[in-house]
Amino acid sequence: MKIVTICGAGIGSSGVLKVNAERALRALDLEATVVAADVSTVKVVAADAQIILTTQEFVEAIGKTNADIIVVVNLFDTSELKQKLESALG
Amino acid sequence: MPLPPLPESAIDIGAFAADWRAAVSLSGDALVRSGAAKPGYAGEMIRMIENFGPYVVIAPGLALAHARPGPEVIANGLSVVTLSEPVRFGHAHNDPVRVVLGLAIAESGAHLAAVAAVANIFNDSSAIGQIAEATSAAEVQQIMGVIPS
Repeated sequence: MKIVTICGAGIGSSGVLKVNAERALRALDLEATVVAADVSTVKVVAADAQIILTTQEFVEAIGKTNADIIVVVNLFDTSELKQKLESALG
Repeated sequence: MPLPPLPESAIDIGAFAADWRAAVSLSGDALVRSGAAKPGYAGEMIRMIENFGPYVVIAPGLALAHARPGPEVIANGLSVVTLSEPVRFGHAHNDPVRVVLGLAIAESGAHLAAVAAVANIFNDSSAIGQIAEATSAAEVQQIMGVIPS
């Protein structure tokens, strides 16, 4: 499974989101490759992704995609991430 | 995992900012003082927020200002600005901001370990409040696990 985290520059928020998503996946005992990217590359990077993790600001720019988009509010809230990943994958 | 360099010169305690642009500018000034970025980097960080919105407010009270690697970045570096008065960035959930981190990354690709180190600090949800209340640069370094040079 592939998960892509998206932010504006592909280095800050998406990096934090990647680290914390990996933490949540470990806690859920799920395996996935998590890739951080900037929104301008989303069409290419997320072409084969099941899930896109991002914040509200980028939903419109991401546009049409086959992946499930999960919108995260607090990037450090592992329980929020766990719950949202679990319901998307479950 | 290595945190980007955070020397005392990159820490600004109890600063006043009239609005979010001023707060981000202060985090850019701090990166200039520590030699991580050129003066133009602050403007790039501000443009990221103008273009994409206040997504840099990544947790309640905490903004992670940054732009892309580029000619305005000299070296990897982190800055910390604590605000005497919290500032609103326009985020639906995480306003107002008390702590602004400035992040400069010289080369994309090699940055994830550095960002992971920043993330690890703030996985302790008390860290933002502790940094906001800190009264010295040394105290901020201690909370963030930086060994003072």
